[in-house]
Formats: sequence, structure tokens, C-alpha cells
Amino acid sequence: MKKRNFIILILLLAAISFFTYDTFFVPKISYNASIRPIFNKNCLKCHGGVKKNGGFSLISQADAFGETESGIPAIIPGNHKKSELYKRLIDHDPEIRMPQEAAPLSEEEINLIAEWIEEGAEWEKHWAYYPPDPNIEIPSIEETGWARNEIDFFVGEKLEALKLKPNEAAEKEILIRRLYLDLIGMPPSREEAQSYLQNPTEEAYEKVIDQLLASPHFGERWATMWLDLARYADTKGYEKDSRRNIWKYRDWVIKAFNDNMPYDQFTVEQLAGDLLDQPNESQFIATAFHRNSLSNDEGGTDNEEYRVSAVVERVGTTFEVWQGTTMSCVQCHSHPYDPITQKEFYQFMAYFNNSADKDIYNEKPNIWTYENENRQKAGELINWITENLEEEIALESRFDFGKKEELLDYLGVNKIEGEAFDETSVFIELMPPNQDIVWQIQDSSWVMYADIDLTDVEAISFHVATQLAGFIDIYIDDLKSQPIGTIEIKKTGEWKSWDISRPENPNYWADLKLKIKEQTGKHDLYLYFRANKVLAGHLFHVDWFQLHDKEPRVEKYSVLFQQIVDSLANLEAVPTPILRELPAEKSRRTFLFDRGNWLSPGYEVKPKIPSILISGDTNKTFSNRLEMANWLVSRENPLTARVFVNRIWEQIFGYGIVSTMEEFGSQGEKPTHPELLDWLAVKFMDDFNWELKPLIKEIVLSTTYRQSSRNDSIKNEIDPYNQYFSRGPRVRLSAEQLRDQSLKVSGLLNDDLYGPPIMPPRPDAGPSLFSQWYSDKDEKKYRRAVYIHGKRTNPFPAMVTFDGPARNICTSRRIRTNTPLQALVLMNDSIYFEMSFAFARRMYEQNQNLRETIKNGYEMAMIYPPDSARVAILEEYYYDTEKYYEKNPETMRGVLMGYQSERENESFADSLKLASLTMVGNIMMNLDEFITKQ
Amino acid sequence: MELKRIDLNLEANLKKATYNTRRHFLKSCMSGMGAIAFNQILGGNAFGQSSSKVGELSGPHFPAKAKNVIFLHMAGAPSQLELFDYKPELEKLDGQICPPSLIEGKRFAFIKGKPKILGPQATFKQHGQSGATVSNYLPEFSKMVDEVAFLKAMYTEEFNHAPAQLLMQTGSPRLGRPAMGSWVTYGLGSENDNLPSFIVLVSGSAPSAGKSIWGSGFLPTIYQGVQCRSVGEPVLFLDNPIGVDSMLRHESVNVINKINELEYQESKDPEILTRISQYELAFKMQTSVPEVMDINDEPKWIHELYGTQPGKESFANNCLLARRLVEKGVRFVQLFDRRWDTHGVGPGNGVGSGLKNACKAIDEPISALLKDLKQRGLLEETLVVWGGEFGRTPMMEARTGKGYDGRDHHPDAFTMWMVGGGTKPGVSIGETDELGFTGIKDRTHVHDLQATILHLLGLNHEKHTYAFQGRDFRLTDVHGKVISKVCT
Repeated sequence: MKKRNFIILILLLAAISFFTYDTFFVPKISYNASIRPIFNKNCLKCHGGVKKNGGFSLISQADAFGETESGIPAIIPGNHKKSELYKRLIDHDPEIRMPQEAAPLSEEEINLIAEWIEEGAEWEKHWAYYPPDPNIEIPSIEETGWARNEIDFFVGEKLEALKLKPNEAAEKEILIRRLYLDLIGMPPSREEAQSYLQNPTEEAYEKVIDQLLASPHFGERWATMWLDLARYADTKGYEKDSRRNIWKYRDWVIKAFNDNMPYDQFTVEQLAGDLLDQPNESQFIATAFHRNSLSNDEGGTDNEEYRVSAVVERVGTTFEVWQGTTMSCVQCHSHPYDPITQKEFYQFMAYFNNSADKDIYNEKPNIWTYENENRQKAGELINWITENLEEEIALESRFDFGKKEELLDYLGVNKIEGEAFDETSVFIELMPPNQDIVWQIQDSSWVMYADIDLTDVEAISFHVATQLAGFIDIYIDDLKSQPIGTIEIKKTGEWKSWDISRPENPNYWADLKLKIKEQTGKHDLYLYFRANKVLAGHLFHVDWFQLHDKEPRVEKYSVLFQQIVDSLANLEAVPTPILRELPAEKSRRTFLFDRGNWLSPGYEVKPKIPSILISGDTNKTFSNRLEMANWLVSRENPLTARVFVNRIWEQIFGYGIVSTMEEFGSQGEKPTHPELLDWLAVKFMDDFNWELKPLIKEIVLSTTYRQSSRNDSIKNEIDPYNQYFSRGPRVRLSAEQLRDQSLKVSGLLNDDLYGPPIMPPRPDAGPSLFSQWYSDKDEKKYRRAVYIHGKRTNPFPAMVTFDGPARNICTSRRIRTNTPLQALVLMNDSIYFEMSFAFARRMYEQNQNLRETIKNGYEMAMIYPPDSARVAILEEYYYDTEKYYEKNPETMRGVLMGYQSERENESFADSLKLASLTMVGNIMMNLDEFITKQ
Repeated sequence: MELKRIDLNLEANLKKATYNTRRHFLKSCMSGMGAIAFNQILGGNAFGQSSSKVGELSGPHFPAKAKNVIFLHMAGAPSQLELFDYKPELEKLDGQICPPSLIEGKRFAFIKGKPKILGPQATFKQHGQSGATVSNYLPEFSKMVDEVAFLKAMYTEEFNHAPAQLLMQTGSPRLGRPAMGSWVTYGLGSENDNLPSFIVLVSGSAPSAGKSIWGSGFLPTIYQGVQCRSVGEPVLFLDNPIGVDSMLRHESVNVINKINELEYQESKDPEILTRISQYELAFKMQTSVPEVMDINDEPKWIHELYGTQPGKESFANNCLLARRLVEKGVRFVQLFDRRWDTHGVGPGNGVGSGLKNACKAIDEPISALLKDLKQRGLLEETLVVWGGEFGRTPMMEARTGKGYDGRDHHPDAFTMWMVGGGTKPGVSIGETDELGFTGIKDRTHVHDLQATILHLLGLNHEKHTYAFQGRDFRLTDVHGKVISKVCT
């Protein structure tokens, strides 16, 4: 007993001396490490950026040292006893003691705060607002032989500190499958895997990496991550959720990844490509990034409300994507936890507020481009026409579509599509799905087309359809002026069915010509629709109208010439919505919205970047979108590179170094490996020049990446989510990877690149007019998932079931779930079952004995061969199934029915085998090892 | 062929596995509800906890009065002025130009210029002991009023369908937030092992805002509403492919799980154990869902009560299904019925015969649902909510001529009602002005309604949050007050 007491005493003394020593020599208390967490947790709800109870806020040093409502500052630096903040923490009166209506702070916490005040109560910026240190030391580790590159030293150091042993290297089959899935989103075929498997050297591994990085499928896989952030979808959202033609943007992203476009350029082109010097078509298309915001085509909506809503959304998305910083709350009030004010939100919004788009149906401004073979055709036709003109004319446009417009205008061929308006009254809508006919025209509604050149125009003809009758009045510039012409339109046809249906038959349409009073110059042209009686039906459908010159130049030319002009006029082009800055005279002013409500504008603000994010010279100004974009990718920006490398890391390892991908602010999780994060960010910017491919290569070359993913009880205890990378990543494949893998393994994959979205069959498509879903019947339905038409209000079920977002908002991180609905998709979805059948065919065609067939099939799916236990289970299952089908031939025929086997006169035995193998294939494609990246 | 059941005997492991895979996204939840929710996902059932597993960390913030919710959303927005909010003054002013002061500065979807007042198109009477006013459009429902709590001065900010439906169902007019049912199941889990805990039934056509009003937003997708259909496959991909029958499917699930078990032994990834249980459940659902969706086994008198016809898609069938689902412990049943957008752009599309006909499709089924719940003792623990996404204007919509009797969208005043689940029977809360244009007493906002629904389920709407993008999100955004007058 005595001896024990003595030992305790010694320990106590040692402890006391240790603490004395510690307090004496230890550096000052760090605000970020010790104080900020206490304030964030206990104080900022009432004394932060939103609420400043008692006139006191802890959001910044200036706030905290300022006068409070009681007239005195709450913190007296250097004197904790005189500081009201401290006094309130220790008071015994619960009415006075802080935090109110909560447990008091612990003694330890109070002491920390006291000491910190004594030391001067110095604030620090949150770590993420300091630029990454360019001179990070590579840590040393004991097991130096383990490390292949710097990443391993950072990871190894942590593992050693946690006393965790890294795993041995993954088996070569597993590793190559992992590499394929990570780099191109699909597993290798057995043939593709062979060269590495036969000779798995370091050089061979690197060679596979280089091949995959050079594959055009690389872009398809990595685009998925970016398209989640860009909230890319093929419809506009809300009620009508009509189609949006913006797939050129998706292709731009895929191509940018394939071309290894540096991330700084990638950023600037998307945010401000339109403001670059002489932007090319591709740079305009890049700006569609921010045209992915929703727009509302519901009848009776206020376009300005949804324009503002889109602009506000663009601010939040920009910050989340590039800065990992939440701004959505700052719309209504200053940031509750980080020093960003509400004013700064609207100052930033001013960068986006001047884009010409305004929530109208046709999504103007668009860029029109010729695709594929039409691209060449357009060039040739334009050249031919220009060369054969009687006089030489100079075309202003740099792009073919613009050149075409100029040529046609010059020649007096002037057809204007009904849907190409710039402004409308209410009761004007476009007809789904293609939105290429004006529809829902009701009495006394109108459409306006801006800047129409009316010089020499003597008549206008209309291509219209109506089941009723009425008038179109033509006005210029002002609806209150006198019309320059009126045309009466009588019933053109009767298509009986309900009035939303499209007058498909060309006989229902009429072409009617109207003489107008002569005008000169460019004017806003109004078409005013009138029934002369109150009417609530659909008055007219207007497909297009044409302006007729007095003496159209085109008529002076030969028939051949006119034919060529015609074919140019009719050559199909594709529109893509883009950003385009309004000219100075039309520019919008930006106001702070009181409580985020656009109907209560406050004072006016000018473009500015939140000051907390500016390091270095704080007086620098960034006056427009382009300068703002350049700032984002400048070396001074503390966040852009960190946020991006963190995303790449998460894509590969399943968790980010900062696990809250979307939030690097003080409310986010701390990085598990802060030095590694910064090292990667600096390396990415300085050594890799913002290029993604070398970054990915660096990561997958590491020993860390190549570990086996096996778990054990110790790892599960200490590192349950593998955030310290004590093993290789083992995560369920994404929705896209699942589909693509099964397509490839079954041999059905159509790996065509790029182009308009596909619509694979789905059971819940509904009538195609409303859902606008035309199930593809041909090979298109076997294309990769990235090309599936994204419908916002009815996302593709197999995608959404596996956590693919509906892409209504920017999504940084997909939360992986594990549900029975997923099992139902993989077992029963007709596409997946069709893949099982095709897979069975491939197995069957090997023409081997059953055991070999199963082994082979398994290897096709997993790359590695099955063990004997698995073979035995599958064999037994096969025989059971075969027996069952033999007794129930009708059921068996059901399997084969939908999928006509190509061989004629297949014997019953063959059918039996094929059907039973289909079930085996279905099983393999449902196995955990198949749907997981190991 | 003998079908063997695999004895997993892995429950302890499973529990831990689920813990590991779920905890990560739930641990960030500030209110502590995350911990509750994860506990409730345990128990190895499909979508939430089993009733026997309540306890420990689980359970609401305070004792709940309601266990389940049936929300009857009349998509398109029915007119309160023809159903519940009787305004004799409107009758007097019928056909007169609306006083400009009333509509100054107001935004409407379709009304332009100087609209005229439209008098009530229905006739009204007081009913029951509570004396609630209900029109002749709802004769059956009129007999039930003593069970009902009316909210007669509801209001919203949104006057277009999709944003207003989003606000009603997700608390925000923009796309991307979790639906009310997702919030509730995220908090409380389910009470049935074999059915989704948030089920959606649609009649008419799909509501304006599409599936986004039952999406899980930023919550994990396990909380999204599952649409069940009374025609065709009851749940997407529930039916086996042609050529695969239940026997074969069972055997194949067994084989999948057998091999997955081997895989678990090798890799020790706890996610595999969850997957094993989910495949079991998927198989169970293949039986349990069609069973609950098949109303053929109901007695004749029940069909007569509801006016149901097995195999049809109708609001009546959906009402009966709603009862069957809550009976099985489904937490949140959401009905959408789209036929209520009475603009009067043509004959039969207004608040006269048009609305009257629409009411015929719901009057009997709704009354039957209330009666049926009551006779089964389910009404006490089941909260039934009825209403549209906004109201209709006292003015006639100006784009229609005489003879058409339409009303435009109106956000400032509309009526909703609640029955059961801890609401006061036979009360009416809120009053509107003499024209029914705006609430003048006890106005209640959509967020207040949401706060109240959560409250009745035992959830504090201010504490039931989910951390996302650095912010604690909640169903009621930063608004909402529990309507205490409606609660017992």
C-alpha cells in the first residue's frame, strides 16, 4: 500500500512539473487549434455572423474587440479577468452565465480561453484561407522501403503514428481491374488485362497507366464527377421540365479531360470563355457550365424571378465547385461561422448578373454550331456561295452559322423561326418536346423579335396552323403605335384531338402572305395575336415566318445557285445556351436583396471578391467575370487547387482528405493529412501545371494506392472508413460504372463517343409527348451511362437508385447507399437481364465443359479466376436450374424469348444450357465482388 | 429442387457493419438525430427500424402523438371558396370589378388588368356538432367534419404549381431539398421490415413538380419516396424477368448471398453483410409489396365504402391502399391527385361543374378512409392531411369570358385540414377577410404546417436537421411555428 502511494506521489510530482514546464515553454495558444473549435461549437450560434446578441460577435477580431451594446468591449486583450467574455463564462447565475441554456464550458476550456486572452486574444484565419505552403517537408518513415513516392511518406507517417500496418500489394488481377475502373470507368477485358498479367513489372504497370490516360474513355469517366458539380442535365427543371439542348457542353467536358486541358484554362473557359479575346466556338460552349441552372417554363411564371434565382444559384455553385465554400446561407444574411458578409455575396453576384440570359423558352443567348458531316458541308456551301456572288462582300462573323445568317440576309432569304423570339407576353408557350413551334397563343398575346432588318422588306409570310380564326397585327418597336400590317387567318385545318397535340399533318398548315408598310433599318418586330373575342383556347400555332425583300438578290441568280442557298438555309445546326455579357448600355445593376428576397432590393453593389479569400494585396480589384475567373486560378487563391486535388483523391480512394468535399470552411471536417493535401495542391499547380493526368498518375503509382483492400479487425477498429489509407480502396461502383461494366462484360457495349443524349428503355417513361422519352431501339441503347438523357424531375431509375444525383443542384459528393431497390435493379431491370443473357451467350460460345465455362465466365467478369468453392456453388446452381427448366420448358423459353438466339435450329439442349447460363450470369453480375471496386 | 435458406448467423457482425457504413454520413448530424436514425436503420430491415427496435438511442424528441402520416395532396390546388371558405360578400359583389386597392402590387399567374369578382359557385351549409361550413360539393365529407381540424387561413409565397408544390413538400420552392416524407423517415425510420417507409401513390397524372417532390434531396437515397402503382409493376423492377419465377429467384438470391458470404470471409468488408441482408429483403419485398398492393382480398363492403375497383388506377384505390399501408406500419404515405387546376379556360374546367365533378372523385373515398381508419383504431395514431399547394383567387380569371367560371392561382389564402394523429377534432383555425382574399386571424404558413406535422410525430422541426454544405438544413428552412391550436 505504502509503496503504491509513493509511486502515485512521484507520478503526481512528475505531472505537475511537466505541466509547469509545458506552460512555460510552450508557444502561444493557437486560435485555430484550441479556441476556434470552442467558439464554433458553443458561441457562434448567438454571437456569430447571423445573430450578434448583445451587439457581440466572435466572427472576427475586429468584431470581438468592438463595443457591445453595454458600451464596453467584451474582450480586453491581455486581461482575462476584466474581460466580460471570461466573466460570463464563470458566473454562477444561470441568467448571466454563457452559453445560455446549455451546459457551462469545461474548466479546461475556460482556462484555455483565459490564457489566450492573456496572450492578447489573437485571431487567426481558418487554415483553408491561407495559401498552401510551397515548401512542405516530406516526412520520414521507418519503413522507407515501403514508399514509392512522396504520397507514401505522408500516408506512412500517419499509419506509423496510429500503429497501423499498411496492407501488402493487391493481387495483380485486382489491381489492374481497379486501375481500369478508376481511370476509364470500365474493367479491362481479359485480353486487355493479359499483357500486364503475364508480365506484371513496374514498367508494365506504368505502361498500362499511360495507355489508360490516353484512352478516349478516360474523359467519359472523369466527366461524370464534373457533370455532378456542373448540375448538367438535359432538361430545364420545374413543371414542364422540357428538353434543353446542352449536350455539347457535356462533350466539351469529356474532351477537355481527354485533352488534359490544364485546370486553370478549364476554369477560365467555363466561367468566362465568352470574355476571352476572340473566343472560339468551343470556348463559348464551355460557358454553358452556368447555363445548367434551372429555368422555369411553367405558364404564368415571372421570368425575372427565375432569372434572378438562376444567378443566385450560380454564385453558390461557383463557390462550392472552386472554393469548397458554402455561400447559400449568405444569400439571406452574413455567414454564421466564416467571415463572409451578405454584402459580399451580392458583390460576387454582380459578376454573373450581367449575362444576357433571362429565363425565356428558347434559352437565348445560344451558340449555333454545325455538327459532324454538317460542319464540313456548311463550310463548303458558304465558300461556294461567297465565291459565286456577283460582288465581294465581307462577312463579319468568325463562325459558319453566323456567316450563313449574313449571307442569307444579304441575299434576301429571311426565314425566322417562331420560337426564336426575344420577348413575349404571357400566354405564349412553346410546344413540347422540341419546342420549335409557338403554341398556347391566346387572345391578345404577343411575341417580339429584336433587331430585325426591315430595309427593303415589302411583305411577310406566315407558316401557321389554327383550328379557329383571327388576326395577326404587325407592330414595330412599340405595341402602342399603329400596326404596319394586319393579316386575317382563317381556320387552316381540323385535327380534332385535344388542343395540346401537334398538328403533324402538313395539310393542316397554311402559308399566308401580308404586305407591310415599308421600313428602313433594324427594328423590334412584334406579332400581336387577336381573336376579336374573348377566347381561352389555343389560337394559333406559328412555326416560322419569312421576310420578303422587294427585289431579293437571290432571285438574280441561277437555279443552281438558289438551290445551294436553300440547302445552306436548311442545313441543321445545334444550339447550345451560353453566357454572353450584355452591352454596357443594357447592363443590369445589382442590388443587395434584403433577407435574400429579390422583391426587396436594398442598396446597389459592384463586383468584388470576398476579402477573406484575398491573400496578398487586398487592394487589388477584379472588375468582371474574366478577372474573377483568373483570380480563382491564380497562385494566390488559397482554395482552388486544394479543393480540386481533394476531389480527385476522393474519386480514387472513396473519401477525400477533407471528407466534407463541399465545405472547406470552419464548419467542414479537418483534413486527415493536411500536409499531403497541400503538397498535392502545390505539386498540381507548380509541377503539373494544373494538369489532371500527371496528378492521377502520381496517385495510382503510389504504394498506398496499390495496397490490397482486405480489412481486418484492427483496421476496422482504428480506421473504419479507411481514411488513413491503411488498405486499398474498396467501394461500390458508381451508377455509371455499374452499367458500363455490365455492358462491357456482356459484350453489348457500344463505345461510341460524344453526341446527343440517349434514351435507353425504362419502365416508367410514360407517354412520350409529356415525358419526352423515346426509348432507343437500336445500338444506341448500349452506350455508356454518361450519355443517358438526364431528366430532372424523373431521373433514370437505374441511375438514381445507385445514388446518381438528379443534378438539380451542384453535388460534390455522392453518398453511397446499400438498399434492396439496388438488388432489384441488378436482378430484374430488363437492360440488366438482357446483359445477363448476352453474357451467357459469350460463355456458351466458348463451347467448353460446364466447369470450364463457369470458370471462364467468372474470369471475364472479375478478371481473376474463381476458387473451387465458388465454382462448386455455381455448378450446383447451374444443374439445379437446368433440372428445373427441363421440367418447366415454358418458363425456360421465357428467358430466351426476348433475346432471339442467332443460331437457327437450336436444339432443346442448347436452349436449356443458354437459359441456365443466363441465370448464372445474372448471379455473377449481382455478386459483391462484381459491383465493388476491390 | 430444394430451396435452402442460408443461416447467416451473422447478426452481431451485421449490426456492426450497418453501424460502420451508415455512421459516416450520419455522424455529422448536429442534432443527435443522426445517431437516432442510424440506430433505426439497424435491425436489418429494408428502410428503417422494426417496431421492436424502438428504444435505446431511438425515438422522437418528445412523445409522439402520431405514428404515421397520410398526406392527400390535391395537385393543381382546389378552390377554398367553393369548398370550405364561404364568403357571402363575394356573392353580393359577383361580376363587379375588383377594388384596385385589393390587388395593387400583387403578382398573379394569369390575371391581368382589372379582374371581376366571382361569387361562390357552390352552396354552403353548416354541418355536425362543430358547425363546420362545407359546400354541397362534398356531401359525404360533410358528415365527417366533427373529426376534422380546419386551417382556413393558410398562405404561401409561391403562385406557380411546381415551386408551390416543392415548397409544400420540401420546404423550399427550388429543386434539390428532401421531401417531408424523407425527413420523417430519416428521423423515425419505419415500422415494417419488408416495405419502404415512405410510399407515394399518384392518381390523375404526375404532379407538376414531378418526382422531385418525393426525392430525398441531399439525404441518402434510402430515404426517397418509393412510388407504388396499382397498375403494372407495383414498384419498379419488382417483377422477375420473364423466365424467372419465384423459385428460381429465391435460389439465385441464396447463391448470391452464399458467395457474398465467402467474399466477406476474405475481405472482411462490413458493407458485404449489409448487402447480404438487402438481397434477402429485396426478395421478401417481391412478395410483401404485391400483397399489400392487391386489394382483391378486401371484403365487398369495403369496396363499396371506398368505391374502389381492383386493378384500376384511381384516387379511391389509393385511399384504400393508404389505409393498408399505414396498417402495415408504413410511416409516410403521400397521395397526389391531379385534377384541381380550375382556371376556367373552357367549359367544365372551372369552379362550377368542373370542381364539382372533381370533388365526386374524392368525396366518398376520403370519407371512407377516415371512417375506416377510425373503426380500426388507426386514426388516433395516423395523421391525415388534406390540401393543395395554394388557393384560388376571389376574382374570376380575366382571360376567360362570361360563362367560364375559373379562378387563378392564389397564394394569400387557402384552406387545408387535418384529422387524427393528435389534432383536435371539430375545430376551425384561422379566418380570412370578407372576400376570402387574405387571412386576418391565425394565419398559418406552409412552414407552420410542416412544423406541426413534425411536432405531432414527436420531432422538433428546429432540431431535426441535417448538415450539408456547411449548414444545418431543416424541412422548415429558418421558419415555421407549430400551430399549437390544432394540437390536442
